[in-house]
Amino acid sequence: MIKSLDGGMTMDKILIANRGEIALRIVETCKKLGISTVAVYSEADKEALFVKEADEAFPIGPPPVQQSYLKADEIIGVAKTSGAQAIHPGYGFLSENADFARKVREAGLVFIGPDEETIERMGDKIESRKTMQAAGVPVVPGTDDGVATLDEAKQEAGKIGYPVMLKASSGGGGIGMVLCQNEQALSQQFQTVKNRAKAYFGDDVVFLEKYIENARHIEVQIFGDHQGNIVHLYERNCSVQRRNQKVIEESPSPSLSEDVRERLLASAVEAAKAVHYKNAGTVEFIVGEDNSFYFLEMNTRLQVEHPITEEVTGLDLVEWQLEVAKGNPLPITEQHDIETTGHAMEFRLYAEDPHTFMPSPGSLQKLDWGNADGVRIDAGYQEGDQVTPFYDPMIAKVIIQAENREEAIERSKTFFAQVGIEGLKTNLPLFKEFIESEEFKQGDYHTKVLADWLKTHKGELAK
Amino acid sequence: MTEVKAAMAGTVFTVNVSVGDEVEAGQVIVVLESMKMEIPVETESAGKVTSINVNVGDFVNEEDVLATVEA
Repeated sequence: MIKSLDGGMTMDKILIANRGEIALRIVETCKKLGISTVAVYSEADKEALFVKEADEAFPIGPPPVQQSYLKADEIIGVAKTSGAQAIHPGYGFLSENADFARKVREAGLVFIGPDEETIERMGDKIESRKTMQAAGVPVVPGTDDGVATLDEAKQEAGKIGYPVMLKASSGGGGIGMVLCQNEQALSQQFQTVKNRAKAYFGDDVVFLEKYIENARHIEVQIFGDHQGNIVHLYERNCSVQRRNQKVIEESPSPSLSEDVRERLLASAVEAAKAVHYKNAGTVEFIVGEDNSFYFLEMNTRLQVEHPITEEVTGLDLVEWQLEVAKGNPLPITEQHDIETTGHAMEFRLYAEDPHTFMPSPGSLQKLDWGNADGVRIDAGYQEGDQVTPFYDPMIAKVIIQAENREEAIERSKTFFAQVGIEGLKTNLPLFKEFIESEEFKQGDYHTKVLADWLKTHKGELAK
Repeated sequence: MTEVKAAMAGTVFTVNVSVGDEVEAGQVIVVLESMKMEIPVETESAGKVTSINVNVGDFVNEEDVLATVEA
Protein backbone atom coordinates (compact mmCIF):
# COMPACT_ATOMS: atom_id res chain seq x y z
CA MET A 1 0.00 0.00 0.00
CA ILE A 2 1.33 3.42 -0.97
CA LYS A 3 1.74 5.73 2.01
CA SER A 4 1.38 9.45 1.59
CA LEU A 5 3.44 11.97 3.56
CA ASP A 6 0.72 12.53 6.15
CA GLY A 7 0.83 8.87 7.12
CA GLY A 8 -2.32 7.67 5.39
CA MET A 9 -2.56 5.79 2.10
CA THR A 10 -3.12 7.50 -1.22
CA MET A 11 -6.76 7.49 -2.22
CA ASP A 12 -7.40 9.33 -5.45
CA LYS A 13 -10.17 7.17 -6.93
CA ILE A 14 -13.05 5.37 -5.24
CA LEU A 15 -15.91 3.21 -6.47
CA ILE A 16 -19.40 3.89 -5.14
CA ALA A 17 -21.40 0.66 -4.74
CA ASN A 18 -24.79 2.37 -4.51
CA ARG A 19 -27.29 4.49 -6.40
CA GLY A 20 -29.55 7.52 -6.11
CA GLU A 21 -29.10 10.35 -3.65
CA ILE A 22 -26.43 8.69 -1.52
CA ALA A 23 -24.24 7.95 -4.56
CA LEU A 24 -24.55 11.63 -5.52
CA ARG A 25 -23.83 12.71 -1.96
CA ILE A 26 -20.56 10.74 -1.97
CA VAL A 27 -19.60 12.11 -5.43
CA GLU A 28 -20.08 15.64 -4.07
CA THR A 29 -17.55 15.22 -1.24
CA CYS A 30 -15.10 13.44 -3.54
CA LYS A 31 -15.24 16.37 -5.98
CA LYS A 32 -14.49 18.75 -3.12
CA LEU A 33 -11.49 16.65 -2.11
CA GLY A 34 -10.20 16.03 -5.65
CA ILE A 35 -10.93 12.28 -5.54
CA SER A 36 -12.30 10.77 -8.76
CA THR A 37 -15.37 8.57 -8.61
CA VAL A 38 -16.50 5.39 -10.33
CA ALA A 39 -20.24 4.64 -10.41
CA VAL A 40 -21.83 1.28 -11.11
CA TYR A 41 -25.43 1.20 -12.30
CA SER A 42 -28.27 -1.09 -13.31
CA GLU A 43 -30.12 -0.77 -16.63
CA ALA A 44 -32.93 1.07 -14.82
CA ASP A 45 -30.49 3.80 -13.71
CA LYS A 46 -28.58 4.47 -16.92
CA GLU A 47 -30.01 8.00 -17.19
CA ALA A 48 -29.70 8.70 -13.44
CA LEU A 49 -28.04 11.82 -12.07
CA PHE A 50 -25.38 9.94 -10.10
CA VAL A 51 -24.24 8.15 -13.27
CA LYS A 52 -23.78 11.49 -15.05
CA GLU A 53 -22.02 13.15 -12.11
CA ALA A 54 -19.47 10.40 -11.45
CA ASP A 55 -16.20 10.60 -13.40
CA GLU A 56 -16.64 7.07 -14.74
CA ALA A 57 -19.66 4.77 -14.79
CA PHE A 58 -20.04 1.07 -15.58
CA PRO A 59 -23.22 -0.95 -16.16
CA ILE A 60 -23.48 -4.01 -13.90
CA GLY A 61 -26.73 -5.69 -14.87
CA PRO A 62 -30.52 -5.65 -15.12
CA PRO A 63 -32.74 -3.62 -12.74
CA PRO A 64 -33.44 -6.18 -9.95
CA VAL A 65 -30.94 -5.63 -7.12
CA GLN A 66 -29.92 -9.30 -6.99
CA GLN A 67 -28.71 -8.94 -10.57
CA SER A 68 -27.01 -5.56 -10.15
CA TYR A 69 -26.35 -3.67 -6.91
CA LEU A 70 -25.90 -6.85 -4.85
CA LYS A 71 -23.41 -8.49 -7.23
CA ALA A 72 -20.39 -8.25 -4.96
CA ASP A 73 -17.83 -9.96 -7.21
CA GLU A 74 -18.74 -7.92 -10.30
CA ILE A 75 -18.58 -4.67 -8.35
CA ILE A 76 -15.16 -5.56 -6.93
CA GLY A 77 -14.07 -6.49 -10.47
CA VAL A 78 -15.07 -3.05 -11.76
CA ALA A 79 -13.17 -1.43 -8.89
CA LYS A 80 -10.03 -3.36 -9.78
CA THR A 81 -10.15 -2.72 -13.53
CA SER A 82 -10.97 0.97 -13.09
CA GLY A 83 -8.05 1.45 -10.74
CA ALA A 84 -10.08 2.53 -7.70
CA GLN A 85 -8.33 2.02 -4.34
CA ALA A 86 -11.45 1.87 -2.19
CA ILE A 87 -15.20 1.11 -2.25
CA HIS A 88 -17.84 3.22 -0.51
CA PRO A 89 -20.95 1.07 0.06
CA GLY A 90 -23.36 3.91 1.01
CA TYR A 91 -26.32 2.56 3.02
CA GLY A 92 -28.49 -0.48 2.29
CA PHE A 93 -27.37 -2.93 -0.43
CA LEU A 94 -23.91 -4.32 0.51
CA SER A 95 -23.12 -1.78 3.23
CA GLU A 96 -23.66 -4.13 6.17
CA ASN A 97 -22.56 -7.30 4.42
CA ALA A 98 -19.49 -8.66 6.23
CA ASP A 99 -18.67 -11.07 3.37
CA PHE A 100 -18.54 -8.15 0.95
CA ALA A 101 -16.26 -6.15 3.26
CA ARG A 102 -13.99 -9.20 3.57
CA LYS A 103 -13.88 -9.74 -0.21
CA VAL A 104 -13.06 -6.07 -0.77
CA ARG A 105 -10.14 -6.30 1.63
CA GLU A 106 -8.92 -9.59 0.16
CA ALA A 107 -8.99 -7.97 -3.28
CA GLY A 108 -6.45 -5.47 -1.96
CA LEU A 109 -8.98 -2.64 -1.74
CA VAL A 110 -10.19 -0.55 1.18
CA PHE A 111 -13.78 -0.96 2.39
CA ILE A 112 -14.96 2.47 3.54
CA GLY A 113 -16.57 1.36 6.78
CA PRO A 114 -15.74 -0.68 9.87
CA ASP A 115 -13.89 -4.00 9.71
CA GLU A 116 -15.81 -7.15 8.79
CA GLU A 117 -15.71 -8.61 12.32
CA THR A 118 -17.56 -5.56 13.66
CA ILE A 119 -20.14 -5.69 10.86
CA GLU A 120 -20.73 -9.38 11.56
CA ARG A 121 -20.99 -9.00 15.31
CA MET A 122 -23.32 -5.99 15.21
CA GLY A 123 -25.43 -7.51 12.41
CA ASP A 124 -26.40 -10.36 14.71
CA LYS A 125 -28.85 -8.86 17.20
CA ILE A 126 -28.33 -11.52 19.86
CA GLU A 127 -24.55 -11.17 19.60
CA SER A 128 -24.70 -7.36 19.72
CA ARG A 129 -26.95 -7.47 22.82
CA LYS A 130 -24.40 -9.70 24.56
CA THR A 131 -21.50 -7.46 23.56
CA MET A 132 -23.26 -4.37 24.89
CA GLN A 133 -24.35 -6.05 28.11
CA ALA A 134 -20.76 -7.06 28.75
CA ALA A 135 -19.66 -3.46 28.16
CA GLY A 136 -22.18 -2.16 30.71
CA VAL A 137 -24.48 -0.57 28.12
CA PRO A 138 -28.15 -1.09 29.09
CA VAL A 139 -30.09 -3.42 26.75
CA VAL A 140 -33.85 -4.04 26.55
CA PRO A 141 -34.84 -6.85 28.97
CA GLY A 142 -35.16 -10.03 26.91
CA THR A 143 -33.78 -13.48 26.18
CA ASP A 144 -29.99 -13.87 26.20
CA ASP A 145 -30.12 -16.40 23.39
CA GLY A 146 -32.49 -17.43 20.61
CA VAL A 147 -35.74 -19.20 21.47
CA ALA A 148 -35.98 -22.46 19.51
CA THR A 149 -39.55 -23.59 20.16
CA LEU A 150 -42.92 -22.00 20.79
CA ASP A 151 -43.04 -23.58 24.25
CA GLU A 152 -39.73 -22.01 25.15
CA ALA A 153 -40.91 -18.66 23.73
CA LYS A 154 -44.09 -18.79 25.84
CA GLN A 155 -42.12 -19.58 28.96
CA GLU A 156 -39.62 -16.76 28.37
CA ALA A 157 -42.35 -14.27 27.44
CA GLY A 158 -44.08 -15.10 30.71
CA LYS A 159 -40.91 -14.18 32.60
CA ILE A 160 -40.32 -10.95 30.62
CA GLY A 161 -43.99 -9.91 30.79
CA TYR A 162 -46.27 -8.97 27.88
CA PRO A 163 -46.30 -7.14 25.54
CA VAL A 164 -43.14 -8.53 23.94
CA MET A 165 -41.36 -8.02 20.64
CA LEU A 166 -40.56 -11.16 18.70
CA LYS A 167 -37.48 -10.43 16.59
CA ALA A 168 -35.30 -12.13 14.01
CA SER A 169 -31.67 -12.07 15.16
CA SER A 170 -30.54 -11.22 11.61
CA GLY A 171 -33.41 -8.80 10.96
CA GLY A 172 -33.30 -5.11 10.19
CA GLY A 173 -35.08 -2.24 8.51
CA GLY A 174 -38.31 -3.08 10.30
CA ILE A 175 -38.50 -6.52 8.66
CA GLY A 176 -38.69 -9.60 10.86
CA MET A 177 -40.17 -8.12 14.03
CA VAL A 178 -43.64 -8.41 15.44
CA LEU A 179 -45.32 -6.99 18.54
CA CYS A 180 -47.14 -9.67 20.56
CA GLN A 181 -49.67 -8.35 23.09
CA ASN A 182 -50.35 -11.73 24.67
CA GLU A 183 -49.61 -15.45 24.53
CA GLN A 184 -52.22 -16.03 21.83
CA ALA A 185 -50.54 -13.50 19.52
CA LEU A 186 -47.14 -15.03 20.23
CA SER A 187 -48.48 -18.49 19.32
CA GLN A 188 -49.89 -17.14 16.06
CA GLN A 189 -46.77 -15.22 15.06
CA PHE A 190 -43.95 -17.49 16.17
CA GLN A 191 -43.65 -19.69 13.09
CA THR A 192 -44.44 -16.83 10.67
CA VAL A 193 -41.59 -14.68 11.99
CA LYS A 194 -39.22 -17.66 11.87
CA ASN A 195 -40.23 -18.40 8.25
CA ARG A 196 -39.88 -14.79 7.18
CA ALA A 197 -36.48 -14.54 8.88
CA LYS A 198 -35.37 -17.63 6.99
CA ALA A 199 -36.69 -16.28 3.68
CA TYR A 200 -35.26 -12.79 4.06
CA PHE A 201 -32.07 -13.27 5.98
CA GLY A 202 -31.28 -16.99 5.53
CA ASP A 203 -31.34 -17.47 9.30
CA ASP A 204 -34.41 -18.35 11.39
CA VAL A 205 -33.04 -17.56 14.86
CA VAL A 206 -35.56 -15.44 16.79
CA PHE A 207 -35.50 -13.92 20.27
CA LEU A 208 -37.76 -11.93 22.58
CA GLU A 209 -37.51 -8.44 24.01
CA LYS A 210 -39.78 -6.53 26.34
CA TYR A 211 -41.88 -4.03 24.39
CA ILE A 212 -41.19 -0.55 25.73
CA GLU A 213 -44.44 1.38 25.40
CA ASN A 214 -44.61 5.00 24.29
CA ALA A 215 -40.91 4.88 23.53
CA ARG A 216 -38.81 7.31 21.57
CA HIS A 217 -36.19 6.20 19.08
CA ILE A 218 -33.06 8.23 19.65
CA GLU A 219 -29.74 7.39 18.04
CA VAL A 220 -26.21 8.67 18.43
CA GLN A 221 -23.72 9.25 15.61
CA ILE A 222 -20.32 7.92 16.55
CA PHE A 223 -16.98 7.90 14.74
CA GLY A 224 -13.80 5.95 15.38
CA ASP A 225 -10.38 5.75 13.72
CA HIS A 226 -7.51 3.27 13.46
CA GLN A 227 -5.59 5.20 16.13
CA GLY A 228 -8.24 4.29 18.73
CA ASN A 229 -9.98 7.67 18.94
CA ILE A 230 -13.74 7.51 19.39
CA VAL A 231 -16.08 10.52 19.49
CA HIS A 232 -19.81 11.09 19.21
CA LEU A 233 -21.46 13.66 16.94
CA TYR A 234 -24.56 14.03 19.10
CA GLU A 235 -28.01 12.51 18.77
CA ARG A 236 -30.89 12.31 16.31
CA ASN A 237 -34.52 11.72 17.26
CA CYS A 238 -36.07 9.36 14.69
CA SER A 239 -39.43 8.67 16.35
CA VAL A 240 -41.69 9.78 13.51
CA GLN A 241 -42.06 6.47 11.69
CA ARG A 242 -44.37 4.50 9.46
CA ARG A 243 -44.13 0.72 8.98
CA ASN A 244 -41.22 0.78 11.49
CA GLN A 245 -39.30 3.02 9.12
CA LYS A 246 -38.20 6.58 9.74
CA VAL A 247 -40.02 9.47 8.08
CA ILE A 248 -38.85 12.59 9.98
CA GLU A 249 -35.64 12.93 11.98
CA GLU A 250 -34.35 15.86 14.01
CA SER A 251 -31.24 16.94 15.85
CA PRO A 252 -30.93 17.82 18.63
CA SER A 253 -33.73 15.67 20.04
CA PRO A 254 -36.57 17.76 21.45
CA SER A 255 -37.82 16.98 24.98
CA LEU A 256 -34.63 15.35 26.19
CA SER A 257 -33.18 16.64 29.45
CA GLU A 258 -29.51 17.61 29.48
CA ASP A 259 -28.79 14.93 32.07
CA VAL A 260 -30.36 12.12 30.01
CA ARG A 261 -28.68 13.40 26.84
CA GLU A 262 -25.25 13.30 28.50
CA ARG A 263 -25.76 9.73 29.73
CA LEU A 264 -27.08 8.60 26.34
CA LEU A 265 -24.08 10.07 24.50
CA ALA A 266 -21.67 8.52 27.02
CA SER A 267 -23.33 5.10 26.58
CA ALA A 268 -23.00 5.36 22.81
CA VAL A 269 -19.27 6.05 23.14
CA GLU A 270 -18.98 3.06 25.49
CA ALA A 271 -20.80 0.89 22.93
CA ALA A 272 -18.39 2.01 20.19
CA LYS A 273 -15.37 1.39 22.42
CA ALA A 274 -16.61 -2.12 23.19
CA VAL A 275 -16.07 -3.11 19.55
CA HIS A 276 -13.08 -0.80 18.87
CA TYR A 277 -15.25 0.89 16.30
CA LYS A 278 -13.69 2.39 13.19
CA ASN A 279 -15.37 4.79 10.74
CA ALA A 280 -19.00 6.03 10.90
CA GLY A 281 -21.54 4.18 13.00
CA THR A 282 -24.84 4.78 14.72
CA VAL A 283 -25.94 3.47 18.09
CA GLU A 284 -29.72 3.24 18.28
CA PHE A 285 -31.51 3.50 21.63
CA ILE A 286 -35.07 3.12 22.79
CA VAL A 287 -35.95 5.76 25.39
CA GLY A 288 -38.89 4.99 27.66
CA GLU A 289 -41.43 7.41 29.14
CA ASP A 290 -39.47 7.45 32.38
CA ASN A 291 -36.29 8.38 30.42
CA SER A 292 -34.74 4.96 30.97
CA PHE A 293 -32.89 4.03 27.78
CA TYR A 294 -31.76 0.79 26.22
CA PHE A 295 -29.40 -0.19 23.40
CA LEU A 296 -31.40 -1.36 20.40
CA GLU A 297 -28.85 -1.96 17.65
CA MET A 298 -25.77 -0.56 16.01
CA ASN A 299 -25.77 0.41 12.36
CA THR A 300 -22.32 -0.08 10.92
CA ARG A 301 -22.55 2.41 8.06
CA LEU A 302 -23.48 5.96 7.13
CA GLN A 303 -27.15 6.56 7.99
CA VAL A 304 -29.76 7.93 5.61
CA GLU A 305 -30.35 10.77 8.09
CA HIS A 306 -26.67 11.78 8.49
CA PRO A 307 -27.31 15.25 6.90
CA ILE A 308 -29.05 16.62 10.02
CA THR A 309 -25.90 15.85 12.00
CA GLU A 310 -23.87 17.61 9.32
CA GLU A 311 -26.13 20.65 9.55
CA VAL A 312 -25.84 21.05 13.32
CA THR A 313 -22.13 20.19 13.62
CA GLY A 314 -20.96 21.83 10.39
CA LEU A 315 -18.95 18.68 9.58
CA ASP A 316 -18.85 16.61 6.37
CA LEU A 317 -19.38 13.01 7.47
CA VAL A 318 -18.38 11.50 4.13
CA GLU A 319 -15.09 13.42 4.34
CA TRP A 320 -14.55 11.97 7.82
CA GLN A 321 -15.24 8.48 6.46
CA LEU A 322 -12.65 8.94 3.73
CA GLU A 323 -10.04 10.23 6.19
CA VAL A 324 -10.51 7.22 8.47
CA ALA A 325 -10.45 4.82 5.50
CA LYS A 326 -7.11 6.33 4.44
CA GLY A 327 -5.74 5.50 7.87
CA ASN A 328 -5.67 9.08 9.09
CA PRO A 329 -6.91 10.09 12.54
CA LEU A 330 -10.36 11.67 12.92
CA PRO A 331 -10.30 15.32 11.78
CA ILE A 332 -11.31 16.24 15.37
CA THR A 333 -10.22 13.87 18.13
CA GLU A 334 -11.19 15.92 21.20
CA GLN A 335 -14.84 15.55 22.11
CA HIS A 336 -15.10 19.06 23.55
CA ASP A 337 -14.03 20.52 20.18
CA ILE A 338 -17.18 19.15 18.54
CA GLU A 339 -20.15 21.44 19.07
CA THR A 340 -23.63 21.84 17.67
CA THR A 341 -25.50 24.98 16.77
CA GLY A 342 -29.14 25.42 15.82
CA HIS A 343 -31.62 22.74 14.87
CA ALA A 344 -32.05 20.53 11.80
CA MET A 345 -34.90 18.33 10.56
CA GLU A 346 -35.03 15.82 7.74
CA PHE A 347 -38.19 14.84 5.89
CA ARG A 348 -38.00 11.70 3.78
CA LEU A 349 -40.03 12.34 0.68
CA TYR A 350 -41.40 9.03 -0.55
CA ALA A 351 -43.23 8.06 -3.73
CA GLU A 352 -46.16 6.53 -1.87
CA ASP A 353 -49.81 6.99 -1.08
CA PRO A 354 -49.95 9.26 2.02
CA HIS A 355 -52.96 7.33 3.42
CA THR A 356 -52.01 3.71 2.89
CA PHE A 357 -48.19 4.13 2.59
CA MET A 358 -48.42 1.91 -0.51
CA PRO A 359 -45.65 2.55 -3.06
CA SER A 360 -46.44 4.75 -6.04
CA PRO A 361 -43.82 4.36 -8.76
CA GLY A 362 -44.14 6.66 -11.76
CA SER A 363 -42.79 9.64 -13.62
CA LEU A 364 -41.71 12.90 -11.95
CA GLN A 365 -43.48 15.13 -14.45
CA LYS A 366 -42.94 18.16 -12.25
CA LEU A 367 -40.36 18.62 -9.51
CA ASP A 368 -40.15 22.18 -8.20
CA TRP A 369 -38.38 22.65 -4.86
CA GLY A 370 -39.28 26.33 -4.47
CA ASN A 371 -36.86 28.78 -2.81
CA ALA A 372 -37.43 28.66 0.96
CA ASP A 373 -34.54 29.59 3.27
CA GLY A 374 -32.40 27.07 5.13
CA VAL A 375 -33.26 24.15 2.86
CA ARG A 376 -30.89 21.45 1.65
CA ILE A 377 -32.21 18.88 -0.80
CA ASP A 378 -30.41 15.54 -1.18
CA ALA A 379 -32.21 14.08 -4.18
CA GLY A 380 -31.34 11.28 -6.52
CA TYR A 381 -33.90 12.36 -9.09
CA GLN A 382 -34.68 15.39 -11.21
CA GLU A 383 -37.75 16.51 -13.11
CA GLY A 384 -38.63 14.07 -15.90
CA ASP A 385 -37.05 11.04 -14.16
CA GLN A 386 -38.83 7.75 -13.58
CA VAL A 387 -39.15 6.44 -10.01
CA THR A 388 -39.06 2.71 -10.73
CA PRO A 389 -40.53 -0.15 -8.67
CA PHE A 390 -37.11 -1.79 -8.33
CA TYR A 391 -35.67 0.31 -5.51
CA ASP A 392 -36.88 1.97 -2.35
CA PRO A 393 -39.47 4.74 -2.77
CA MET A 394 -37.41 7.66 -1.45
CA ILE A 395 -37.39 10.55 -3.93
CA ALA A 396 -35.40 12.97 -1.80
CA LYS A 397 -34.37 14.01 1.67
CA VAL A 398 -35.45 17.52 2.57
CA ILE A 399 -33.17 18.91 5.26
CA ILE A 400 -34.25 22.11 7.00
CA GLN A 401 -31.88 24.02 9.24
CA ALA A 402 -32.56 27.00 11.51
CA GLU A 403 -31.41 28.67 14.72
CA ASN A 404 -33.94 26.77 16.82
CA ARG A 405 -36.72 24.19 16.52
CA GLU A 406 -39.59 26.68 16.27
CA GLU A 407 -37.89 28.46 13.40
CA ALA A 408 -37.10 25.13 11.70
CA ILE A 409 -40.82 24.27 11.81
CA GLU A 410 -41.67 27.71 10.36
CA ARG A 411 -39.14 27.21 7.56
CA SER A 412 -40.57 23.75 6.91
CA LYS A 413 -44.06 25.24 6.53
CA THR A 414 -42.72 27.76 4.01
CA PHE A 415 -40.94 24.99 2.11
CA PHE A 416 -43.94 22.66 1.97
CA ALA A 417 -46.18 25.50 0.82
CA GLN A 418 -43.90 26.10 -2.17
CA VAL A 419 -42.83 22.63 -3.29
CA GLY A 420 -44.65 21.16 -6.28
CA ILE A 421 -44.46 17.53 -7.39
CA GLU A 422 -46.63 15.99 -10.09
CA GLY A 423 -46.81 12.63 -11.83
CA LEU A 424 -46.93 10.31 -8.83
CA LYS A 425 -48.30 10.16 -5.31
CA THR A 426 -46.03 11.35 -2.51
CA ASN A 427 -46.23 11.84 1.24
CA LEU A 428 -46.05 15.64 0.83
CA PRO A 429 -49.69 16.17 1.94
CA LEU A 430 -48.92 14.23 5.10
CA PHE A 431 -45.93 16.44 5.98
CA LYS A 432 -47.92 19.62 5.32
CA GLU A 433 -50.56 18.63 7.84
CA PHE A 434 -48.43 16.79 10.36
CA ILE A 435 -45.94 19.63 10.99
CA GLU A 436 -48.93 21.76 12.04
CA SER A 437 -50.03 19.20 14.62
CA GLU A 438 -49.75 19.79 18.37
CA GLU A 439 -48.14 16.37 18.72
CA PHE A 440 -45.23 17.35 16.50
CA LYS A 441 -44.92 20.92 17.79
CA GLN A 442 -44.70 19.76 21.40
CA GLY A 443 -41.81 17.50 20.47
CA ASP A 444 -42.32 14.83 23.15
CA TYR A 445 -43.73 12.38 20.58
CA HIS A 446 -43.05 8.62 20.55
CA THR A 447 -42.73 6.08 17.73
CA LYS A 448 -46.48 5.57 17.28
CA VAL A 449 -47.16 9.30 16.87
CA LEU A 450 -47.71 9.23 13.12
CA ALA A 451 -49.95 6.14 13.15
CA ASP A 452 -52.02 7.59 16.03
CA TRP A 453 -52.27 11.01 14.42
CA LEU A 454 -53.38 9.49 11.10
CA LYS A 455 -56.26 7.66 12.79
CA THR A 456 -57.87 10.95 13.74
CA HIS A 457 -56.71 13.17 10.87
CA LYS A 458 -57.23 11.06 7.76
CA GLY A 459 -59.89 13.48 6.56
CA GLU A 460 -57.47 16.41 6.48
CA LEU A 461 -55.29 14.61 3.96
CA ALA A 462 -58.16 13.87 1.59
CA LYS A 463 -58.09 15.99 -1.53
CA MET B 1 -64.76 -14.88 -14.23
CA THR B 2 -62.71 -12.67 -11.94
CA GLU B 3 -59.40 -11.29 -13.12
CA VAL B 4 -56.84 -10.82 -10.37
CA LYS B 5 -54.87 -7.76 -11.44
CA ALA B 6 -51.64 -6.11 -10.25
CA ALA B 7 -52.39 -2.84 -8.45
CA MET B 8 -48.93 -1.55 -9.30
CA ALA B 9 -45.78 -2.46 -11.18
CA GLY B 10 -43.50 -4.88 -9.37
CA THR B 11 -41.83 -8.27 -9.25
CA VAL B 12 -43.69 -11.46 -8.35
CA PHE B 13 -42.45 -12.42 -4.87
CA THR B 14 -44.64 -15.48 -4.21
CA VAL B 15 -47.51 -17.29 -5.94
CA ASN B 16 -49.70 -18.58 -3.12
CA VAL B 17 -52.20 -20.80 -5.00
CA SER B 18 -52.27 -23.41 -7.79
CA VAL B 19 -54.62 -23.90 -10.72
CA GLY B 20 -57.64 -25.85 -9.49
CA ASP B 21 -57.50 -24.52 -5.92
CA GLU B 22 -60.76 -23.36 -4.35
CA VAL B 23 -60.24 -19.83 -3.01
CA GLU B 24 -62.29 -17.48 -0.85
CA ALA B 25 -62.99 -13.83 -1.53
CA GLY B 26 -60.16 -11.77 -0.06
CA GLN B 27 -57.66 -14.60 -0.22
CA VAL B 28 -54.11 -13.62 -1.22
CA ILE B 29 -53.32 -15.06 -4.65
CA VAL B 30 -49.96 -13.48 -5.40
CA VAL B 31 -47.54 -11.32 -3.41
CA LEU B 32 -45.73 -8.66 -5.41
CA GLU B 33 -42.59 -6.86 -4.38
CA SER B 34 -42.48 -3.19 -5.27
CA MET B 35 -40.11 -0.56 -3.87
CA LYS B 36 -38.83 -2.95 -1.21
CA MET B 37 -42.35 -3.65 0.06
CA GLU B 38 -44.51 -6.75 -0.15
CA ILE B 39 -47.87 -6.08 -1.78
CA PRO B 40 -50.46 -8.85 -1.34
CA VAL B 41 -52.86 -9.19 -4.29
CA GLU B 42 -56.23 -10.66 -3.30
CA THR B 43 -59.11 -12.11 -5.30
CA GLU B 44 -62.33 -10.12 -5.09
CA SER B 45 -64.54 -13.18 -5.41
CA ALA B 46 -64.53 -16.82 -4.36
CA GLY B 47 -64.21 -19.72 -6.79
CA LYS B 48 -61.77 -22.03 -8.50
CA VAL B 49 -58.41 -20.79 -9.79
CA THR B 50 -58.54 -21.35 -13.58
CA SER B 51 -55.24 -19.79 -14.59
CA ILE B 52 -52.03 -18.38 -13.15
CA ASN B 53 -50.21 -16.18 -15.62
CA VAL B 54 -47.02 -15.35 -13.74
CA ASN B 55 -44.03 -17.04 -12.14
CA VAL B 56 -41.93 -15.99 -9.15
CA GLY B 57 -39.43 -13.36 -10.30
CA ASP B 58 -41.53 -12.09 -13.24
CA PHE B 59 -41.86 -8.35 -13.64
CA VAL B 60 -45.47 -7.19 -14.03
CA ASN B 61 -47.02 -3.85 -14.90
CA GLU B 62 -50.01 -2.16 -13.28
CA GLU B 63 -53.30 -3.78 -14.44
CA ASP B 64 -51.61 -6.97 -15.70
CA VAL B 65 -53.82 -10.02 -15.11
CA LEU B 66 -51.96 -12.27 -12.69
CA ALA B 67 -54.56 -15.02 -12.34
CA THR B 68 -58.21 -15.79 -13.06
CA VAL B 69 -60.85 -17.20 -10.71
CA GLU B 70 -64.09 -18.80 -11.93
CA ALA B 71 -67.09 -18.72 -9.59
